[in-house]
Amino acid sequence: MYRYVVQRILLVVPTLLGAAALVFLLMRLIPGDICVTRLGSGGGTFDERAVAACHAELGLDRPVFLQFLDFVWGLFRFDFGTSMWSGKPVSYEIAARFPISLEIAILATVVAIVIAIPLGTISALKQNSAVDVVVRTVAIAGLATPSFWLGILIILLILNVSQAAFGSPWMPPIDYVPLWKDPVRNLSMAIWPAITVGYRYAAVTMRMTRSTMLEVLREDYIRTARAKGLIERIVINRHALKNALLPVVTLIGIESAFLIGGLVVTEQVFNLNGIGRLFVQAVQNQDYTLTQALVMLVVAVFVFTNTFVDLVYAWLDPRIRFA
Amino acid sequence: MTIAAPDPTAVSAILEELPGDRRSTFGRALGFARRQPLGSFGIVLVAIMGVAGLGADWIAPYSPTANDFAAMTEAPSWAHWLGTDQFGRDLLSRIIFGARTALIVGFSAAIVSSFAGLVLGVGSAYFGGRIDLYLQRLLDIVMAFPLIILALAVVAIFGTGLHNVIVAITIPLIPRCARIVRSSALAIREVPYVDAARACGFGHSRIILRHMVPNVMAPFLILLTAFVGQAILAEASLSYLGLGVQEPTPAWGLMLQGGAEEYASTAPWIAIFPGLAIALTVFGFSLFGDALRDALDPKLRDR
Repeated sequence: MYRYVVQRILLVVPTLLGAAALVFLLMRLIPGDICVTRLGSGGGTFDERAVAACHAELGLDRPVFLQFLDFVWGLFRFDFGTSMWSGKPVSYEIAARFPISLEIAILATVVAIVIAIPLGTISALKQNSAVDVVVRTVAIAGLATPSFWLGILIILLILNVSQAAFGSPWMPPIDYVPLWKDPVRNLSMAIWPAITVGYRYAAVTMRMTRSTMLEVLREDYIRTARAKGLIERIVINRHALKNALLPVVTLIGIESAFLIGGLVVTEQVFNLNGIGRLFVQAVQNQDYTLTQALVMLVVAVFVFTNTFVDLVYAWLDPRIRFA
Repeated sequence: MTIAAPDPTAVSAILEELPGDRRSTFGRALGFARRQPLGSFGIVLVAIMGVAGLGADWIAPYSPTANDFAAMTEAPSWAHWLGTDQFGRDLLSRIIFGARTALIVGFSAAIVSSFAGLVLGVGSAYFGGRIDLYLQRLLDIVMAFPLIILALAVVAIFGTGLHNVIVAITIPLIPRCARIVRSSALAIREVPYVDAARACGFGHSRIILRHMVPNVMAPFLILLTAFVGQAILAEASLSYLGLGVQEPTPAWGLMLQGGAEEYASTAPWIAIFPGLAIALTVFGFSLFGDALRDALDPKLRDR
């Protein structure tokens, strides 16, 4: 087990270094001189000295290899430079927006698991029944529905329902209040985007739970468990579900990429000041230092989530850790 | 060893699937519809979008960019079947022309990325060794970027607009195709006829093109269809964020930007119909892909 854990964790390093190299290269592919664009965007005149000063400030006057080492060394110290747009440190910009995105991501995962696993199991147990058909249709629709459209529809629904119920339209709050200060206000803000992102997540998880559950239910040991007279609830919970959920764990890791992508658009729909919205603003403002830091952050979160999921999987399934 | 006589029912079942099938085209289509009801529905959806995209100039009742300031945010009516937006543009016409944008982006990104993936995947499996190792590690790194994040990073570099959006969506799809094609191709490399071809002294390109590529066509075509749907969804997301296709090009994601939320309570049709178009198209492609998978590769069924 330890050998596997160490190997798996060590694999993170080359992947992240490679990703850093890719991000570094991509940002140097930007046509033209960043400094000229930046100084020229104000419309005023500028001289060679201003460009040189800007180059020095961004470290662009040094050899490319040293620039890359600086970049990587900065990543280790959580020093991503200053935002070209706001002038504040990138780490400050990110830290201010991280809690809200993290909360929505966690809530969305909870929403997805709470909906998907029971429904997927019921759907498998009652294969081809009316319940099964409904669950499968809802799941397939979840794969096709763009999350931003679902978000807009939810807003539409909230507006109309609140209009009908209270006589005046109500909109969820858009400013972040920590959960422990005002849980009602916090949840009334975060739950809608969580449902929006969680729907797709739930749809995929539901399909996976259903298909693995169907497979497991046909296994011999399930028949044995039933034959020795165990009550159905124990057969399902202890024998079937426990084994069926293994691939679902992996899926939750893979789907976290979609979760991050979903956050980017959903935060825009609900006007929330999270990491996703910051990313869109960074791209719109051509803020390269912020963009590269955010890409690295997302990649790191994704790589660590997948590593964690692999380790959980190995812990759950002895065949992997001893292979 | 005895050789079993062929089962006559199995033979007739195979004959029914052969190209020499005596049934009319319509009869065969009906047969497919019975076996694959959902897949047929998907094909119908895809066909409707295809016709809309190709024939937009003739089908659309209005110009997608014509403003009618006398009819702004008008509810669906006989004059404007799906209503008008905040600039008095006919929503139905914009959705029909939007199908063209969606299909151009969807097909270009899917075709280019899956062909690049095919070359990389088969090449990597065929040559093996160092080339395979380095290429796979490189693809691992690209795969560490979630699709929309890498697409946004590419947009940050090259800027917005139709062509850049296609590039931005193509790049992240390449490793996803290469990975799957490689695993199929690895199995084929071990098959004796590839050894036989090598023993005959055929060159790399002939073995790859004539012996390996045709055998990875099933997973390749399934992926290609899935990619079209994914690319359309990605284009819609980018355009919604204002980082994809730009006005005045009609695009579904773009139609949901701005006006949709602002007029949510007074003119909900602005928000509803373009989203429905995206959802139905992506839905159509995924149903079609599922049916294609069942038809081409029974082993992959239920996965």
